Amino acid sequence: MANQSSLGLEKLRASAVLKEAGLASLVALVLALPLIGFRTVGGGDGLSFEFRWEALVVSVVIVFLGRSLVTAMHGVWRLNRFSLPGFQRFGSVIERRQVLLILGIIVLALLFPLMPEVDRRAVDLATLVLIYVMLGWGLNIVVGLAGLLDLGYVAFYAVGAYTFALLGTVYDWSFWGCLPIAGAVAAMFGILLGYPVLRLRGDYLAIVTLGFGEIIRVVLTNWVALSGGPNGIAGIPRPTLFGLEFTRRTREGHSFHEYFDLPFSGDHRIIFLYYVILILALITNIFVLRIRKLPIGRAWEALREDEIACRSLGINPVNTKLSAFALGAMFGGFAGAFFASRNGFISPESFTFIESAIVLSIVVLGGMGSQIGVVLAAAAIVLLPEALREFSEYRMLVFGLAMVLVMVWRPRGLLAHRRPTLMLNPSRPIAPK
Amino acid sequence: MTVSELLRVEHLTMEFGGLVAIEDLSFSAAQGEITAIIGPNGAGKTTVFNCLTGFYKPTVGRLTFSVLGRDPVYLERMEGFRIARAGVARTFQNIRLFPAMSVLENLIVAQHNELMRASLFSVAGLLGLSRYRDAESGAVKFASQWLERIGLLPDADRQAGELPYGDQRRLEIARAMCSKPTLLCLDEPAAGLNRNESAALNKLLRNICDTYGIGILLIEHDMSVVMNISDHIVVLDYGKKISDGSPVSVRHDPRVIRAYLGEEAECDPGAVEPGLSC
Repeated sequence: MANQSSLGLEKLRASAVLKEAGLASLVALVLALPLIGFRTVGGGDGLSFEFRWEALVVSVVIVFLGRSLVTAMHGVWRLNRFSLPGFQRFGSVIERRQVLLILGIIVLALLFPLMPEVDRRAVDLATLVLIYVMLGWGLNIVVGLAGLLDLGYVAFYAVGAYTFALLGTVYDWSFWGCLPIAGAVAAMFGILLGYPVLRLRGDYLAIVTLGFGEIIRVVLTNWVALSGGPNGIAGIPRPTLFGLEFTRRTREGHSFHEYFDLPFSGDHRIIFLYYVILILALITNIFVLRIRKLPIGRAWEALREDEIACRSLGINPVNTKLSAFALGAMFGGFAGAFFASRNGFISPESFTFIESAIVLSIVVLGGMGSQIGVVLAAAAIVLLPEALREFSEYRMLVFGLAMVLVMVWRPRGLLAHRRPTLMLNPSRPIAPK
Repeated sequence: MTVSELLRVEHLTMEFGGLVAIEDLSFSAAQGEITAIIGPNGAGKTTVFNCLTGFYKPTVGRLTFSVLGRDPVYLERMEGFRIARAGVARTFQNIRLFPAMSVLENLIVAQHNELMRASLFSVAGLLGLSRYRDAESGAVKFASQWLERIGLLPDADRQAGELPYGDQRRLEIARAMCSKPTLLCLDEPAAGLNRNESAALNKLLRNICDTYGIGILLIEHDMSVVMNISDHIVVLDYGKKISDGSPVSVRHDPRVIRAYLGEEAECDPGAVEPGLSC
């Protein structure tokens, strides 16, 4: 009996699937006829049409098959869209073994450049991932904790980078001396840009911050006297290890390989840069984790939850939001200074809107407010396009598909579980009633 | 008995464009007393609260808040969060907790200003100095006392948003109390509560008022709450005060009966159970 009814269901579904797919391929036919079916060919006597029936048939068949597959799968997916077993378990395992996992990741990150099969390119790529991790952690303060949707984060990244680039090239200041300055200047810009937009919320805030991000870039492009305009700034000093430079010869003092009596190798600098950004990122992480448990961090989260209730409890919303903006911007500035120092050359090209979008998607994909989520998302977003280099034309397609999948399965991000900052009974698991 | 005046509202008028929501309202609330503001729907009760707590700037009027031993402050000139710092806490008609945060965190956020000072604006907190850690454990202790009082201690680490409705109401009151106010403004605390819960609420409010000697200002529709626990009732209708006095005198005031039942109704105030039909 049961078998029979399930067979009936199967048949019903098959016909529905065919109907759905037929409809989709009809739409595809209508659309593809003008778009794919015709082609203009330049001949001796002007343009003439050429019909491409094969391409038309192929595209319609693809749509038909694809649509039937999606419809057939849909019934299966709908049942457990939000409880896809693998993903769920993945999340809870990460939650439970958090400390172990973090230690594991840190040890792995520390040993990474020393592993035998890791080459220069891999270390460089890992450095890039870490820049995005750091940016993600910084933006997490603004977006994840304070709930202020900031689409112009790249502005602070740019401010940090240009601050160091100018101080380094004009006054010959060292990277380490400029790092705090770059952070402070970026934080100042955070307050400056944050102040007028504080009354705005949600979409409006997003649009205005987007505008600010563009303004900074446009100013950098056009203020040639200060920033060199589109030509950018070259010859930015590299970071040193307590004054040791990573060059073959130095003007004064020692270089790294002379001091340690090693043969010169360009890899040293790459590996050193990797460790610098690793330490900067870890500092960011520790800072964010700590500040989340302080009154100011809780006030950010409370502000994200309900601003009116915050005001009725005596929390100053202006100062609280500004502090989130400033601290987020500060880490953006640090990352920017590092970026300038690593590349040795910067131009406004590096600070386009797409950078803001990438950092924001890292935060959103990782799960707002989740620190490990940011690492996973940053790795995925930076490495996925690298891995797909051979199919570079389809890169954005796969990227978009991956994002859609995450949004379907984990609408609140890969790891969206929030742990309270303070617990009365930390040992007891919280049983949802 | 000497009652000191905590809040004095004088000639409060609030206009929205051409609409006069409150017109020339004057009343006062005393320390250690429960003052209820009642009135039909749309009478302007919540507007009074919003003026008191800085969400609206009154068109006309003076709101004097004077705590014994401190200089009086004028609420109509202050920003909302400064009013809260001066000691006026409030709850909302539609509960406004921080739903994604835990129950305990909700009460800790209420002690924000104290903790912020103790953490030296986060510096001492970041460095993990004992000065901050002591303050934090003090805050947790204070919060757990309140959780015990409202019976939510076992739920301390749960998300506030997943609590049952009645618990959320009580949590919001506890949160307001954790900001250590001198005047507690409650906007319909009994809305949506059943008979038992509402009786428990009566006890809680009376208890808060007597233990801490603070003033409570209450908007309420549930007459069993209003008549049982209020010391003093102000009745509003169409933004105007129509009666002011003790529960007994208000109950028998013909203007109040008219406002609630309409002009034509023949209602013997003595024969009707107070508040149930009148």
